[in-house]
Amino acid sequence: MRITMTVNGRERSSEVEPRTLLVHHIREGLGLTGTNVGCDTSSCGACTVLMDGESVKSCTVLAVQADGADVTTIEGLARDGEMHPMQQAFQRNHGLQCGFCTPGMVMAAVSLLEEVPHPTDREVRLGLEGNLCRCTGYQNIVAAVLDAAGSTQEAGA
Amino acid sequence: MTPATTTETDVPTGLEPGGTDQPPDEPAGPVVGTRRERREDPALLTGEARFTDDLQIPGALHLAVVRSPFAHARITRVDVSPALAMPGVVAAFTGEDLQGEWAAPMPCAWPVTEDMKSPPHLPLAVGKTCYAGDGVAVVLAESNEAARDAIDAVDVEYEPLPAVTDLAAAISDEVVIHEDLGTNTSYRWELHLDDDAVERAFADAAHVVRERYIQQRLLPMAMEPRACAAVPQPFGGDITLYSATQIPHILKIMTAVTLGFPEHQLRVVAPSVGGGFGSKLNVYAEELLVTALARKLHQPIRWVEERTENALGTIHGRGQIQDIELAADADGRVTAVRVDLTADMGAYLQLVTPGIPLLGAFLYCGVYDVPAFSFGCTGVFTTMTPTDAYRGAGRPEATYAIERAMDALADEVGVDPAEIRRRNYIGADRFPYTAVTGLVYDSGNYEAAAAKALDLAGYDDLRAEQQRRRAEGGPKHLGIGISSYFEMCGLAPSRVLASLNYSAGGWEAATVRMLPTGKVQVVTGATPHGQGHETSWSMIVADKLGVPPDDVDVLHSDTALSPLGMDTYGSRSLVVGGVAIDMACDRVVDKARRIAAHQLEAAAEDLEFRGGEFSVRGSPDRSVPLAAIAFAAFTAHDLPDGEEPNLEAHVTYDPPNFSWPFGTHVCVVEVDEETGGVEVRKYVAVDDCGNQINPLIVEGQVHGGIVQGLAQALFEGVVYDADGNLVTSNLTDYLVPSAPDVPSLTLDHTVTPSPTNALGVKGIGEAGTIGSTPAVMNAIVDALRPLGVDEVLMPASPLNVWNAIQRAQSRPDPERTTTSATAGDTNADAGGAS
Repeated sequence: MRITMTVNGRERSSEVEPRTLLVHHIREGLGLTGTNVGCDTSSCGACTVLMDGESVKSCTVLAVQADGADVTTIEGLARDGEMHPMQQAFQRNHGLQCGFCTPGMVMAAVSLLEEVPHPTDREVRLGLEGNLCRCTGYQNIVAAVLDAAGSTQEAGA
Repeated sequence: MTPATTTETDVPTGLEPGGTDQPPDEPAGPVVGTRRERREDPALLTGEARFTDDLQIPGALHLAVVRSPFAHARITRVDVSPALAMPGVVAAFTGEDLQGEWAAPMPCAWPVTEDMKSPPHLPLAVGKTCYAGDGVAVVLAESNEAARDAIDAVDVEYEPLPAVTDLAAAISDEVVIHEDLGTNTSYRWELHLDDDAVERAFADAAHVVRERYIQQRLLPMAMEPRACAAVPQPFGGDITLYSATQIPHILKIMTAVTLGFPEHQLRVVAPSVGGGFGSKLNVYAEELLVTALARKLHQPIRWVEERTENALGTIHGRGQIQDIELAADADGRVTAVRVDLTADMGAYLQLVTPGIPLLGAFLYCGVYDVPAFSFGCTGVFTTMTPTDAYRGAGRPEATYAIERAMDALADEVGVDPAEIRRRNYIGADRFPYTAVTGLVYDSGNYEAAAAKALDLAGYDDLRAEQQRRRAEGGPKHLGIGISSYFEMCGLAPSRVLASLNYSAGGWEAATVRMLPTGKVQVVTGATPHGQGHETSWSMIVADKLGVPPDDVDVLHSDTALSPLGMDTYGSRSLVVGGVAIDMACDRVVDKARRIAAHQLEAAAEDLEFRGGEFSVRGSPDRSVPLAAIAFAAFTAHDLPDGEEPNLEAHVTYDPPNFSWPFGTHVCVVEVDEETGGVEVRKYVAVDDCGNQINPLIVEGQVHGGIVQGLAQALFEGVVYDADGNLVTSNLTDYLVPSAPDVPSLTLDHTVTPSPTNALGVKGIGEAGTIGSTPAVMNAIVDALRPLGVDEVLMPASPLNVWNAIQRAQSRPDPERTTTSATAGDTNADAGGAS
């Protein structure tokens, strides 16, 4: 089946099998390997991307369902060689170690702040419940998101 | 930095140092000890990093493994022809088809006793399968999907045999898994120091506690599943093996041996690796299969693990029944510790399976001054996935047993758990301390770390609150748990490994090379997979050589770039690999000093090296920067007689001793007796890993470690059913905690440098995991002691907590008999966690 979607601002048209998951299309069809696959039960969230501005686990979406959608992957967050404030906050706060869950975690965090611009510690934890990390114990991920929320606030002020 | 002084023999070449875009005024002060952001992060944060499955490999065939659905069965027939008829399938092989590929069985590098029994273990089973997930055939196809589709078409006939999932049943040999061995017992390993002293201590003891603890099996669950790809060179016969591994160097040797492949024609590369925790410290069937098939078919072969395969086919951790006895005098001073373990090997011995309990053997006396000790361990086969190293590897198990038992002793003697520990800590004035095992603990101040942790937790106030609430009554119980741990890091002095029958040394290699432009290249044999070595190593070198950390490149994880190494596990990278780098820097400076002396026409011993510059003592205007020396060494136009060109040094460092980090963790829980629910209210950790290179990274290691240990206490446990099926085979059934499940942690530290290495470092990778599990479980049992509970099985799920309460309350006499669960009980309560 032929599908067309806007990926990181660029229109991409491809032929996909009906059963192809969005994550496999992103990784293998479009060659964007920043989005990772960490499980086969939609539990880990490593494959989280933004679809029409909202975070989705791209292993729970068929590529054909994303026909016509606007998709942002981790590769599309940085602008003009500058990392997105959320990416910067993760680095500043040591919110990643091995980095495998990180693309999904960052995308989920970006989406979380869209919905809740000034979350509490608890709200961040609940908001990231669908994303597993085995390295950080989450503490510095939460710190990074709270930090990014602060800088968002400053930027908006 | 500018090139400043150079010699008059210099010819302009455009290669002179100083013309680069480095920040001109980066402060020259020390960077070691500062919270420096990681240089690894941008690539990982932007998706630029390449994990193994991200590699584009033109023409690669995808491998999929047909796995046994039975725990224990004879394979009576395997027919791959239906799979060959599937679209996209190129080839398929049975275990028998590939038997000729193996020059040796899969390696176990740790034959712990002379008579240890180890069944031959092939990458694909032949004739018999011994655990659910054991590979029996492979399919190669043009896409991963085609390969996965086709494995269902492979026709395998099995004749099921009884599963063995209980350690007592395994020891009984009622069903012998590997018939040729005649028994399920792989080995019996004992440490006898002075048995009479142990006997006497128990005979004379005023107090004795006898405890049984169950270390349930755990799944390491690194977030990146395993993956590998073997790429043959079209004509030369060389093969490059890419693998999501912690151990490219060891893997290279073992792959060469197992395949009978010339080691010098094999290159192993670990691209970005998404966590390991010991699960990628192994030589796996799939790594051998892709390499053997690439050799056989002259085509690249790749494989990526699915999460369910990860649960089945990647090693499991823990899996022990621990019997520990303490003898103590009337004041509760421990006079002897006696330990006996039954350790679940799983179906086969993987790389270091049998040695894992031994890594803990020397830690069962904990941080206490214990004069008599004996230890024994029986390793037994079961029809479950092999066990092997999982974060801490033997040391969390040991710490759990002694720290739980110390609480039992406190209860027995009738003193506070903090007080029983104070009475037994090895005093700060006793270091270096020679333990009853003969090992020498380098340095420590256990009581100071404990005092700091108790203070931070507000221990006295918590005890007062607990007393008040107990008097008031109510369904919610406050529990306070303490765990004082230490660990044996820096694996390891090679002679000690020899005495333990381990097949390799414990050294680490480093090269430090000044490049002509004044930049620095470091080659390390350590293999990071999340630890931030590039950042930490560059900080060490920056301070030693007086260069900005950003000018230091760190090469690793590729046997072509870093041909020598013993890789990353056991909190060894900094203590062995980092120290090797520090020593290599010293040698670079030594050589540079000779060249500088020649240039400055001074005696080498009259030069001082500071801030990247050599100057003549007393004549600071006579100076030359290291960068200029590097360039002079490169041009080699004017070197002292006999001096070799270039400025580099290679060091292979064999540590003289282990390092011994330590600390105290305090966990505060609320336990609801009506639901069995546990809430962690507060968690305080005071760790001492000696000097810290980068406190930001240290804290990250502690956070992650604590949560992994807390997860063993509260959430995680492998469940097999009676037929040997793995019930917890994915992330919906196996409860890796997510952010809302875990508390915010309060960290602090003390600093007791190790005197055995110049950096004064000790290691921090596993401390959190080692300290946390007993702290959490001690807190839960502490909360429930008024209800007569003296043991709760891990994981302390609401069901296990509730069952423990019911068991205690239905017991006619709550007198402390100190027998806790049997293995059989565990199966009932914790779902067969062995």
